[in-house]
Amino acid sequence: MSDRTAVVPSEERRAPPAVAAPPPPDRFLGISITPLTRRRINAFKRNRRGYWSAWVFAALFLISLFAEFLANDKPLIVSYNDELLFPILKTYPETHFGGFFETAAEFRDPYVQELIEDAGGWMLWPLIRFSFNTINYQMTVPAPAPPSGENWIGTDDQARDVAARTLYGFRISVLFGFVFVILTSIIGVIVGASQGYFGGWYDLLFQRFMEIWGSVPTLYLIIILASVITPSFWSLMFIMLLFGWMGLVDLVRAEFLRGRNIEYVSAARALGVSDAKIMFRHILPNAMVATITFMPFILAGSVTLLTGLDFLGFGLPAGSPSLGEMLNQGKANLQAPWLGLTAFFTLGTMLVLLVFAGEAVRDAFDPRKTQS
Amino acid sequence: MTLAAEAGAAGPKPPAHPQASAEALVDVRDLSVSFRMTGNIVEAVRGVSFHIEPGETVALVGESGSGKSVSALSILQLLPYPKAFHRTGSVRVRGKEMIGASESLLRSIRGNKISMIFQEPMTSLNPLHTVQRQVAETLFLHRKMNREQARARVLELLSMVGIKEPEKRLDSFPHQLSGGQRQRVMIAMALANEPELLIADEPTTAVDVTIQAQILDLLQDLQRRLGMAMLIITHELGIVRKLADRIYVMHEGKFVEQGDAGKIFSAPEHPYTQLLIGSEPKRRRYSPPAGTPVLLETKDLRVHFPIKAGLFRRTIDHIRAVDGVDFTLHEGHTLGIVGESGSGKTTLGLAILRLMRSTGSIRYQGRELQGLGFKDIRPLRKQMQIVFQDPFGSLSPRLSMAQVVEEGLVVHHPQISEAERREQVAQVLTEVGMDPSTMHRYPHEFSGGQRQRVSIARALVLRPRLIVLDEPTSALDRRVQVQILELLSDLRERHGLTYIFISHDLKVVRSIADHVMVMRDGKVVEQGDADEVLESPQTEYTRALVKAAFELTADASGAVSQ
Repeated sequence: MSDRTAVVPSEERRAPPAVAAPPPPDRFLGISITPLTRRRINAFKRNRRGYWSAWVFAALFLISLFAEFLANDKPLIVSYNDELLFPILKTYPETHFGGFFETAAEFRDPYVQELIEDAGGWMLWPLIRFSFNTINYQMTVPAPAPPSGENWIGTDDQARDVAARTLYGFRISVLFGFVFVILTSIIGVIVGASQGYFGGWYDLLFQRFMEIWGSVPTLYLIIILASVITPSFWSLMFIMLLFGWMGLVDLVRAEFLRGRNIEYVSAARALGVSDAKIMFRHILPNAMVATITFMPFILAGSVTLLTGLDFLGFGLPAGSPSLGEMLNQGKANLQAPWLGLTAFFTLGTMLVLLVFAGEAVRDAFDPRKTQS
Repeated sequence: MTLAAEAGAAGPKPPAHPQASAEALVDVRDLSVSFRMTGNIVEAVRGVSFHIEPGETVALVGESGSGKSVSALSILQLLPYPKAFHRTGSVRVRGKEMIGASESLLRSIRGNKISMIFQEPMTSLNPLHTVQRQVAETLFLHRKMNREQARARVLELLSMVGIKEPEKRLDSFPHQLSGGQRQRVMIAMALANEPELLIADEPTTAVDVTIQAQILDLLQDLQRRLGMAMLIITHELGIVRKLADRIYVMHEGKFVEQGDAGKIFSAPEHPYTQLLIGSEPKRRRYSPPAGTPVLLETKDLRVHFPIKAGLFRRTIDHIRAVDGVDFTLHEGHTLGIVGESGSGKTTLGLAILRLMRSTGSIRYQGRELQGLGFKDIRPLRKQMQIVFQDPFGSLSPRLSMAQVVEEGLVVHHPQISEAERREQVAQVLTEVGMDPSTMHRYPHEFSGGQRQRVSIARALVLRPRLIVLDEPTSALDRRVQVQILELLSDLRERHGLTYIFISHDLKVVRSIADHVMVMRDGKVVEQGDADEVLESPQTEYTRALVKAAFELTADASGAVSQ
């Protein structure tokens, strides 16, 4: 006998007579949740390391979403002739400040700064006065420049600020990872669910197709495709999805194969509930357990893959802020260790946080830890 | 407390407390067991004292959750420590204290002086080891035998537990054995070192009645021959009556009554014991209405699963799960389908509701069901419902009770408003004896019996005419079983329902069905009026089944499998 049965209330110890109205729904972040979800959230919180990792990661990601307001080569607010201007949101020509050119004002240019100051105006700058592609022309040492008061962790070999590039690079890596995870999960769940639920020839043939498709050497194919298609965020996403969607199919398929024989699924069929509704309402929640458990790890994997492609030079278009490119620069400029170390620590922290958070998610969905 | 002081103090005690003799094999005093759960502590056993003398058979009887298994596991200190802990108590085996004993002392007792057999023979045997290896393991461990000696001893043990042709079975793997054979191998493993005490934890719960009778005979015989003591843990009073000398009745972690088996059965004192003993399914009092029209009729119903082999997966043979079943069921009657596991009775139930593909004819109210598409059969679904065995698997853990029960209404009566739907759900929950104010709770908050009531409510809410009940009471304690059976016959009378009642338990079937069909290997062995079939069975097989179920004795004629 397990300890579980030891606490099941016996028949005559009925649940105490409760209120007639539905009890106030348990809410988490404003969404009403089932007791099962509540137990999972509690299990998630019990893994302290993972719980805090998830919060730290969320905080870092949230900060990086506002990268434009933290690291930019334009001031946040400019006061010019008693007029408040927001250069990050709107582009102003230099002529606006009494300059010569019709082009956008270069606020880092001492000439423009002088124009504004002469008119009695002021500028409020972001924390870091560089964007990811801003070239620092006022350096006194050759690029890559070591850390200084101006460039906190130095510049790369094109005189761009490493701190700004890290911030933007982190954001694009995580965004890429999130989009990748969501798309692979949607495709994986749909394909896996239909295979598992309907089975038969459809399942058999699709499984063989996946075996062949999955044995294609992905990396080389991506490299070949990347040299044909102009690399961009979405084209890279498409290429990686071509081979990445299979990761979840087998898991979801197995859940559906098992799920269609669970008694409450049979009971639903006996009630005349349609296939689509059975799949969605009765089996999918089970399959989502496997899916959600794997998500943080897929996210970590896709970040690594993107970094790898960038490192090899087949990734995001040239000039994009990318951790892989920074690593490559670090390799080429061993005399400038701040390049390699920054990229390494950023990647390392991100992956460690993701894996710890993933472990907590796995705990949350572990039936041995959520049964009570 | 010191051992010597305790051993010497085996003197005066309250008279109602039968006393352990000086040479007691096992002496448990004031034992309590608690479990640390998340956030709180659950007391599973609260201060029980019992003793086992050499050569006697003692039974711990109680319902699931009463703490009987936990008490027995404490003897060998097999609980998940430190999650489990003993607040008070001492457990002494031949005078040696077990609580807090060293691992090496415990190992010298476990599987040697005291051994155990468990409920589930499939999971208690290692699927990757042969019979010989499993049984010989303890011989190598405790007796330091060499291979030749061990092999001879294994053969001896296997023939002792009644395995035919033991030489052939030495190299079999567990999956190649039948349920009964696996249970016998388990017993052989337990007996390997001639233990002084054999603890049997629900030894026959997971096997068929015929096997149950054989195993009980075997245990009784072995106990007499080897002169060992036995501790039987069970919720089944029939087993206790047959085997035990002394009984401890356990309820919510405490002993409510103890004494000689004969006395407890003839004059139970505690109300709980009386309740347990009274909880046998009663004989049916209900007689079905006469002259009602035929509701359901099958002709030559077959379910065959193809066995495929070879490169092109050609069908080489079929498993005949249901092989030509004919029956006629009149409205308001109850058909009981009985048989051992694997006889095809559940498959038949699913095939009747077209939840499983079959051939042959199924006529419901004269209308042929075979060949109807999903859309055509949908309106008929609300007239035919099913209730499953497993109260844990048949309710989705993510849906509240109200959501579970109303699902059928949403499908078949999408036009009715939510308030009206909730009204109907509340009404049907009241009917099955549940408090409708609990309808927003989730399955994990309910006991097995309550969950089964919800399953019945789910079937009932559509006001069906036919309900297939697939072992609806098998996973429940006897007392809860009787309650569910009463509920079912109540509902039958109130709504004029027609049941197909599938069960391996003949006692249960006798209490509810008026017509019985005995199945074996997919075929109908015998069918007819319930009283006639069960009182004077016409075939060998039915006779053996009846004898095993009602008298707990094995049939020697060989009509049933081993």
